[in-house]
Amino acid sequence: MSRLQACFARLLAEDRKALIPYIMTGDPHPDVTVPLMHAMVKAGANIIELGAPFSDPMADGPVIQAAAERALEFKVSLGDVFNAVTAFRRLDDVTPVIMMGYLNLIEVAGYESFARRASEAGIDGIITVDMPPEEAEDYISALEGGGLDPVFLIAPTSTNERIAKIGAVASGFVYYVSLKGVTGAANLDVDSVRQKVGAIRERIDLPIGVGFGISDAQTAARVSACSDAVVVGSAIVKRMAAHQQHNPEQTERVIKDVSELLGSMREAMDANPVEEITRTA
Amino acid sequence: MPTDSIKQTIDYSAMPDERGHFGIYGGRFVSETLMQALDELRDAYHKASTDKAFQAEFDADLAHYVGRPSPLYHAERLSTETGGAQIFLKREDLNHTGAHKINNTIGQALLAKAMGKNRVIAETGAGQHGVATATVAARFGMECVVYMGAEDIVRQSPNVYRMKLLGAEVVPVSSGSKTLKDALNEAMRDWVTNVDNTFYIIGTVAGPHPYPQMVRDFQSVIGREARSQILERTGRLPDALVACVGGGSNAIGLFYPFLEDESVAMYGVEAGGDGIETGHHAAPLCAGKPGVLHGNRTYLMEDKGGQIIETHSVSAGLDYPGVGPEHSWLKDIGRVKYSAITDNEALQAFHQLTRIEGIIPALESSHAMAYGVKLAAEMKPEQSLIINLSGRGDKDINTIAKIEGIQL
Repeated sequence: MSRLQACFARLLAEDRKALIPYIMTGDPHPDVTVPLMHAMVKAGANIIELGAPFSDPMADGPVIQAAAERALEFKVSLGDVFNAVTAFRRLDDVTPVIMMGYLNLIEVAGYESFARRASEAGIDGIITVDMPPEEAEDYISALEGGGLDPVFLIAPTSTNERIAKIGAVASGFVYYVSLKGVTGAANLDVDSVRQKVGAIRERIDLPIGVGFGISDAQTAARVSACSDAVVVGSAIVKRMAAHQQHNPEQTERVIKDVSELLGSMREAMDANPVEEITRTA
Repeated sequence: MPTDSIKQTIDYSAMPDERGHFGIYGGRFVSETLMQALDELRDAYHKASTDKAFQAEFDADLAHYVGRPSPLYHAERLSTETGGAQIFLKREDLNHTGAHKINNTIGQALLAKAMGKNRVIAETGAGQHGVATATVAARFGMECVVYMGAEDIVRQSPNVYRMKLLGAEVVPVSSGSKTLKDALNEAMRDWVTNVDNTFYIIGTVAGPHPYPQMVRDFQSVIGREARSQILERTGRLPDALVACVGGGSNAIGLFYPFLEDESVAMYGVEAGGDGIETGHHAAPLCAGKPGVLHGNRTYLMEDKGGQIIETHSVSAGLDYPGVGPEHSWLKDIGRVKYSAITDNEALQAFHQLTRIEGIIPALESSHAMAYGVKLAAEMKPEQSLIINLSGRGDKDINTIAKIEGIQL
């Protein structure tokens, strides 16, 4: 059983939902990434989504783009993402880590070589924002060859046919992008999320994560009630922007700040009476 | 030669395939949110391209609004001075708004209208595509938002003012390198957010399928006209075609109708900036490698880790790290030869054409002029070549004066 499968099975048995924080590798400083990953797990995160910085993050809003620019000032590369996960795995061999990035980094690395290195580092799944299933044949076989789950996004604009098409190739979980727009946008409508998640569940037998627009504990709880996992990105990354100076005190403050946010989300999600789940383990 | 037999079997009109691939290039690499919109656009374009009424409206607008056909001008003094082949200029600079860009914006605006979208957005580098989009938006009564790099806004202030006069909102983009690629990122973000009511008018033959095909088809009027004009004038096909390549829409527009004419050699000219060897240039076909950016697989300027690197060109319209996927394919199969012209060579060609023929070319087109004149010098006087004069240079006079230390 993969780390992702084990994680969702465990949560299902406990009647809890996954909390998935997103951070950009190397933001606000490369030294912060690994301690922050451990701290997030301690604060209640079940899966970690680790961004690989790209110069042209077309699908991201200003908050994540600024994080990528900060990381690129330290020349953070795919190799640095792998190194961070390798270091994280020395103390934590349970928490799944998903890498999220853009295709060009993987194209340049070569699909096979990328999959091998990611897998060796202890990465469990890959989200590539600009890789739709139509183009993904070689990519999927390379990832699967390396034992990695190709995680795909589903959007509000995805038709039922597209949802089924994505379901046919995805593994690990699927990630419902709960807003039209870029990361960090506002105005999440939980009712429409619930409806769409229902439509996805009819067609895909994988856990469903929901992200984009989840910035506080209450929204996290409401969204978790109708899904299997909640992804929190911009709300965390925003907190990095306030901690640009690099010293041990600042690192501690970043960690405390992020842990508090995740802690409050964890608490609200666990307190929320869980809606009936039709999916079986 | 095996390459000859391969060439003979290529059906250029069959490109791209139904999923938008030109060989290994092209395709659709965008976030899931846009996939449905691209399917709708592909279907709407397919319908329009076979619809006689749509084509008739497009042709009528090209004739009466844009002013087509644009002349094919025999630059006799320049030809004599060069001492080689007869140089013909395809005068896209004489179109309404002063460049080839409007051929495509008319086509896409008609499509937006057919699809019931009343808001159009665009990215722009030099401002020519932004002006061409703002122009058609004004004419069709559409809301128009143009994304432009903050640095380009400074470089091309007259065009910014023109867009505003035409009623467009010009949004400065301050992320990344503050140029065309960042404007494209921002326009994509707008489209993802407002996909229900918004049509994204991409200005070049790049982006996700069907854009490279659609923009090529709209711009192919350039080559179709040039082909019949030169046949009428000289009784034979030209020996060579020359066009500048940023994203590559004017070049594809000229080349495409000649691709099957094997006797016609084709030359795409990229921006060599300070020189290819300096690394400060915008010549992905000459010095880049394949990757994925802005929705398509194509040659890119990138570092060894896959980050897109900053480009440099005196010409804002060529200052782009990617190129249309069909050019990448045409390069690989050897049908078109791609080279680069430096900033300095382009500036010399700018002055040369201005002084010898009384035509002020855009800095983009000056790259094609510089290469074309070099090429013509190596050819015989009974041969002919067509250089695509893709735009006029009025927009560039501030830039040129500044480089030459002249206070206007």
